[in-house]
Amino acid sequence: MLAPEQTWWKPMGRLEKTWLTVALVWCIFLTIMMPLWYFMGKQNVPTETYRTTPQEFAATVNDFVAKYQIGEENGIPVVAPPPGSDVYLRASTWQWYPILQLEKGKEYRLHISSMEYNHGFSLQPVNINLQVVPGYDYVATITPTSVGEFTIVCNEYCFLGHHTMVGKIIVK
Amino acid sequence: MSALSPTFPWAKDAKDDYRACPVTTLKVDMHTERLVIANAVMAVVCLVLGGIAALLIALTRWQAIHLLDALWFYRLLTLHGIDMLVAWIVFFEMAGLHFGSTVLLNARHAAPKLAWFGFILMTVGGLMANFVVLFDTNSIVTFTAYVPMKAHPLFYLSYILFAVGALIAVITFFINIVVAKREARFEGSLPLVVFGLMTAAILATYTLLEGAAAIVPAFFWSLGLMDFDPGIYRNFFWGFGHPAQQVNLAAMVAIWYALAQMTVGIRPVNEKFSRLAFILYLFFINLGSAHHLLVDPGLTFGWKAVNTSYAMYLAVLGSMMHAFSIPAAMEIALRAKGYRKGLFGWLRNGPWNEPGFGALIMSMILFGWIGGVTGVTIGTEQINMLAHNTLRLPGHFHATVVGGTTTAFMGFTYYVIPLIFRKELKLKKWAVWQPYVFGGGTALVSLGMITSGLQGVSRRNWDITFAGVVPGTVDLTLAIFGIGALIAVIGGIMYVTIVLTSILTGPRLEASSLLLTAGTHNPLLESTKLTDRQMEDKQNQPRGTLVLVFAFLVWFAVYYLTNWWLLGRTWFIR
Repeated sequence: MLAPEQTWWKPMGRLEKTWLTVALVWCIFLTIMMPLWYFMGKQNVPTETYRTTPQEFAATVNDFVAKYQIGEENGIPVVAPPPGSDVYLRASTWQWYPILQLEKGKEYRLHISSMEYNHGFSLQPVNINLQVVPGYDYVATITPTSVGEFTIVCNEYCFLGHHTMVGKIIVK
Repeated sequence: MSALSPTFPWAKDAKDDYRACPVTTLKVDMHTERLVIANAVMAVVCLVLGGIAALLIALTRWQAIHLLDALWFYRLLTLHGIDMLVAWIVFFEMAGLHFGSTVLLNARHAAPKLAWFGFILMTVGGLMANFVVLFDTNSIVTFTAYVPMKAHPLFYLSYILFAVGALIAVITFFINIVVAKREARFEGSLPLVVFGLMTAAILATYTLLEGAAAIVPAFFWSLGLMDFDPGIYRNFFWGFGHPAQQVNLAAMVAIWYALAQMTVGIRPVNEKFSRLAFILYLFFINLGSAHHLLVDPGLTFGWKAVNTSYAMYLAVLGSMMHAFSIPAAMEIALRAKGYRKGLFGWLRNGPWNEPGFGALIMSMILFGWIGGVTGVTIGTEQINMLAHNTLRLPGHFHATVVGGTTTAFMGFTYYVIPLIFRKELKLKKWAVWQPYVFGGGTALVSLGMITSGLQGVSRRNWDITFAGVVPGTVDLTLAIFGIGALIAVIGGIMYVTIVLTSILTGPRLEASSLLLTAGTHNPLLESTKLTDRQMEDKQNQPRGTLVLVFAFLVWFAVYYLTNWWLLGRTWFIR
């Protein structure tokens, strides 16, 4: 709290140097981990993105549903697209549309976009979380590695019905 | 007095109106005294508002109680964010800036009128935000107010008023320092605490400008005058939202140095080391805005990785340097007093019954061991996929902003009351316990949130049972969170009671000692008597601190690497 003596630019002590070196090495390790995982890991944040509009994206989703629908659950179509294909998921207040049925071990290009507000794609209990922003078609290339019914929770506040926004992905 | 000749036109009529503090021997400018009191009072008012909201939303998220309906949950959640994260902390920081730029430099407040204008804008903005959110359902947009969810235009205007007011107060900080330097009120470099506050003020300046880049267009957009891309808004908003927390960080570390000097009588081990750590904040910490955009569409891996790592974790390095230098200085000061037994004899003999010391210790532990470690981990580009918008996020920042910043500020308040308010601190026994109660509660809050988030529970969600997939253990972790919140609220009530009882009752009284409960000696003056020889004495070297920081590093590595392991178990995604 008090002004230092005139010359405070002094060499650091041995313990300070030790800790500074160790801390710096740790920081470099933290930095390297990200590119390392980017090239070697199997879970990376998707970057593929296209501009879209709610109207355009909704139309694509409708075409997609019409093409691959196999059933219906509580008024929401269940859609089983072929492996390797483009899959579409629409986020709107307060619904994920449609229900997707995928196959384990197969790759899909999952397009997600929002009709109005920000939404959050949170796949549980797999625990993959992505931001869904209106006007952006976000493409995640995913490969399910487990089977069962998975819930999509909206985890970005999207006004008062936010907590009711729950969807489903089925993996066989 | 020729030295007081006006330097700026608005300082023309400024008189050097001050009193000498009998305890610290510092000159206390009367304008500063009044400004500090006003800002501190508003800070506590906002803390009370935000605290009531905290209690009610915590009792709602505690699934077994689930108190509020959805509308009021989201409404109070919005208020809680605004009153706590912004209003309480910023008001307190402005008090700190006025104090640091005058009293600690033996200087006068050179622009009191400007400072009052800033204070009034902040007050109007803060109260207006509360009113709009309370009375307009469409303005329940949470603290982040992501475009295109449209609140009432007055909502954005209240943010703007508050931010402009804060910016003005920050400007008076710089004016004060320039004037103090010109009037030769202090010699040589700024004291370390003021240097830290200066770091906070510089960060605050461009944080607030970035806030303007988000909120001003949002205001015009809400009036229907322009379009605003939601992705761009997020980018600008977090250019404000995250760096605002870095302002808190820098201010908190400055307060840590102050508390350590006031309660233990430290002399910084190496001024160069500590100042370099602050400079690392200055250059690198604002890249952290990217932490909120790691799983956003439209951004590349390179952009995310460089920004989220603060270039090369250089801001983290700054924090790790402080994490060493503050305890090390405390260890040396205590060892120099003769507490030399073993590795931790000095720590056992610390003034644990002094509120400022308790607050300092709780603040450092919560900030570093919980907040820092979890923050760096979830701020890792790929790991963020596991954590984004889950309860792990509020778990992290309740450890940093509540456990860290708020606990430190509360502890500091107990010294402001006798030294600036010039009132005797009442309920001293409570004050001794308060940091431990509040810090302990906050620790449980954070741990409950983090463990819930690890199980996928999302933040800002009125009722997660809708999801239907939540494992039963979530009931347990949310109960830990709820119980922690109750304890923390009790700690908050203790704080407010101590403050109000002290300032509202009893006569005005010059302080007679610096320490509140741990004795009558004056560590601040003792710190000036620590000689170079004592500092360099082999017996006094901070070996215990080195053990502590290495233990910290091991815990950091375990938590960090466990998260990579968790990530490796999930679906393949790219």
